[in-house]
Amino acid sequence: MNDASIATICARHDFDAGQLLQILRAVQTREGWLPAATLDAIATCLKIPRAAVEATASFYSFLHLAPVGRYCILFSDNVTDRMLGSRELMESLCRQLWVEPGHLSEDGLVSVATTSCTGLCDQGPALLVNERALTRMDEPRIAALAEFVRNKVPLDQWPTAWFAVEDNLRLRGPLLNLAAPQGNALRAAFAMGPAGWLSEVRESGLRGRGGAGFPTARKWQACRDAESDARFVVCNADEGEPGTFKDRVLLTRYADAIFEGMTLAGYAVGARRGLLYLRGEYLYLLEPLEAVLRQRRAAGLLGETVLGGDFAFDIDIHVGAGAYVCGEETALIESLEGKPGRPRIRPPFPVTQGYRGHPTVVNNVETLVATCLIALHGGTAYAGQGTPGSTGSKLISVSGDCAAPGIYEFPLGVTLRAVLEACGGHDAQAVQVSGPSGMLLAQSAFDRRIAFEDVPCAGAFMVFGRQRDLFEMVRNFAHFFAHESCGFCTPCRVGTRLIAKLLDKIACGHGSPYDLNELAQLCEVTQATSHCGLGSSAGNPVRDALRQFRPAFERRLRSLDYAPAFDLDAALAQARQMTGRQDSGAHLRGATE
Amino acid sequence: MSPEPNFLLDGVVVPFVAGQSVLAAAQAAGHDIPHLCWHPDFAAHGSCKLCTVKADGRTASACTLAAQPGMVVENRTPELDALRRTLLQMLFVEGNHFCPSCEKSGACQLQATAYALGMLTPHFDHFYPDRPVDVSHPDVFLDFNRCILCALCVRASREVDGKSVFAIAGRGMETHLVVNSTTHRLADTDLALTDRAAHICPVGAILQKRVGFTVPIGRRPFDTPGDEGHA
Repeated sequence: MNDASIATICARHDFDAGQLLQILRAVQTREGWLPAATLDAIATCLKIPRAAVEATASFYSFLHLAPVGRYCILFSDNVTDRMLGSRELMESLCRQLWVEPGHLSEDGLVSVATTSCTGLCDQGPALLVNERALTRMDEPRIAALAEFVRNKVPLDQWPTAWFAVEDNLRLRGPLLNLAAPQGNALRAAFAMGPAGWLSEVRESGLRGRGGAGFPTARKWQACRDAESDARFVVCNADEGEPGTFKDRVLLTRYADAIFEGMTLAGYAVGARRGLLYLRGEYLYLLEPLEAVLRQRRAAGLLGETVLGGDFAFDIDIHVGAGAYVCGEETALIESLEGKPGRPRIRPPFPVTQGYRGHPTVVNNVETLVATCLIALHGGTAYAGQGTPGSTGSKLISVSGDCAAPGIYEFPLGVTLRAVLEACGGHDAQAVQVSGPSGMLLAQSAFDRRIAFEDVPCAGAFMVFGRQRDLFEMVRNFAHFFAHESCGFCTPCRVGTRLIAKLLDKIACGHGSPYDLNELAQLCEVTQATSHCGLGSSAGNPVRDALRQFRPAFERRLRSLDYAPAFDLDAALAQARQMTGRQDSGAHLRGATE
Repeated sequence: MSPEPNFLLDGVVVPFVAGQSVLAAAQAAGHDIPHLCWHPDFAAHGSCKLCTVKADGRTASACTLAAQPGMVVENRTPELDALRRTLLQMLFVEGNHFCPSCEKSGACQLQATAYALGMLTPHFDHFYPDRPVDVSHPDVFLDFNRCILCALCVRASREVDGKSVFAIAGRGMETHLVVNSTTHRLADTDLALTDRAAHICPVGAILQKRVGFTVPIGRRPFDTPGDEGHA
């Protein structure tokens, strides 16, 4: 790519360094990856240090500083994909294409690797080819896919059925029964005035659906009260928690309500601009979302005079690039500003100093849709569902060992048992609620309730049947956190890696009870000292599983006292390879390869 | 006039001014809270987590925690020092820190803090990362093996020198220091020996050339018993 076309892309973004991530995405789309000279050219264009461009470019999984295949294939590596056979499919594909996982083929044609959960757990095993989502992979599809790649068939000519993403709406409540508001919720709120509208939200008791459960009205009020000449509304559609896919469905079917919710938030806090941060894995939703924005602009629901009044509001969409940590609101804001997604020091909180230093509310997709319900039917009606501390309904994305994975809407306060009955998870030994950072709950806890005061749930509900090995679940989650740690603070950067390494040691038969104690202690240190929620919850799966499913660990322990992680015989493998020896004298006594 | 506000640090009264962090107030009053990425001349970074304290029962980084009147802060308790030893061990095993052969020995804040907190072994298996050494610059060595990602050089270069010679790149365990040049060679940046960034490294990652062992072992800042941990 020449400097002129890079300049054209930068110009389209007003040469604004705050748009660096979007610029890098656009440049990479043309070139396939980001060569060193390209980073130089972008730095020159934007008049920022080259190191700053490199810092952002090297942070995100979907930005490549080394060549990737013209077919860049990434298997979703959530535990639910693995339970559906993703690992075997990836091995099979690599065999058929003669490539090693994680390495580019010699002709530059194809690379095959894994990526964190792509949010298609209800129709896995899933994968991304050049950032396009493919669902329900199986051996015949993999064989056909390998053939397409070998014959260099363009993606557009692959069977459309492979790209089909089902919504799988299994149980509807008030939220999923909501028709596109198309301005009706706005009209209702405008009739109340900003203060009246805010008190209606307060009346509803609505709490954030992204996991933390902060009261929405309090967040909006704090932003409204903060001194500033500009305020922002951010919709967090960076749905990265493994096992969560309810926002995917909302973004697919309820986009009008999401944008109406953002506008409602803007009206309440006095913002003129909204930003929707769409995770890179959902890139296929970008064009349909832009189309809804265009419709809303044409209908006078966005723009300088919303509904013909004096309230101005418009919305831009930013696309992420593969970084789970950006789901954390301050990391998300950093990413919106074109920087690496490292969580900020808090306070100050975004409601006083958020996007570009201005007061900002960051709300989850589902929260914003719920505000439409409140505007249309009133706060009291909304609070009529759920429990006193957790009003309203909750979308639950069910995956794993059950008859009917998909989206279920329940009033908050629903028991785990009721969810399991609805989805046909009759043989469950455990469920992981709210993803790896949430809680692992065994059968004895199935009467507990999904609510902020009992078992909080941001959306994920992964079911594990009796045949499943929970140790492997824990190991999958540990590697997920190690991969997704932003690397800023010591305990998370190193601690998550140490936890993953210890689990690998146990998995390959070198574990001892000593290692289980080590694990427990590492979980405590990362929990107590980490900079943000990622690190402080990274030990949760290990801690929960050690407490409730200790035998899953113990049956792998080789010795009852200490065993070193260092394997002397394995360390000699390179020497054996170099000398071409495999005889018994080239091995330590008693060791086999 | 109302009396100066204060808080309790391990039972000792520490005065502070409004807006000051627990760490800044403690250091100003002559009380040490272990730290690596904090420096009095720069805004708090909050990444090393060595300064983790318990304030009114809750763990927090002392460098980013605003002091409040009447706050009860635990600092050098056995529990917190054990946490800190683990954090130090993490830093030691993730890089390549060979104190006996390091020019910074005796003047290294990582080493001194490890002594002060009684860290006797690295405890965890070493990662032995494969990291380069950059000797390209005429006046400065850059040894990535010893970098602890405190970002002090990043901040000094940007805020004092006005240059942005350094940045933190990558993610997770791949997080690493980079220099501002296409070649990734320090010689191709505009770093000068007179820069603040050339002298702020708390460990031996950024070292001045041709002055090695000018100050003999035994007469270095942390060599005097009892001086450990005080930069």
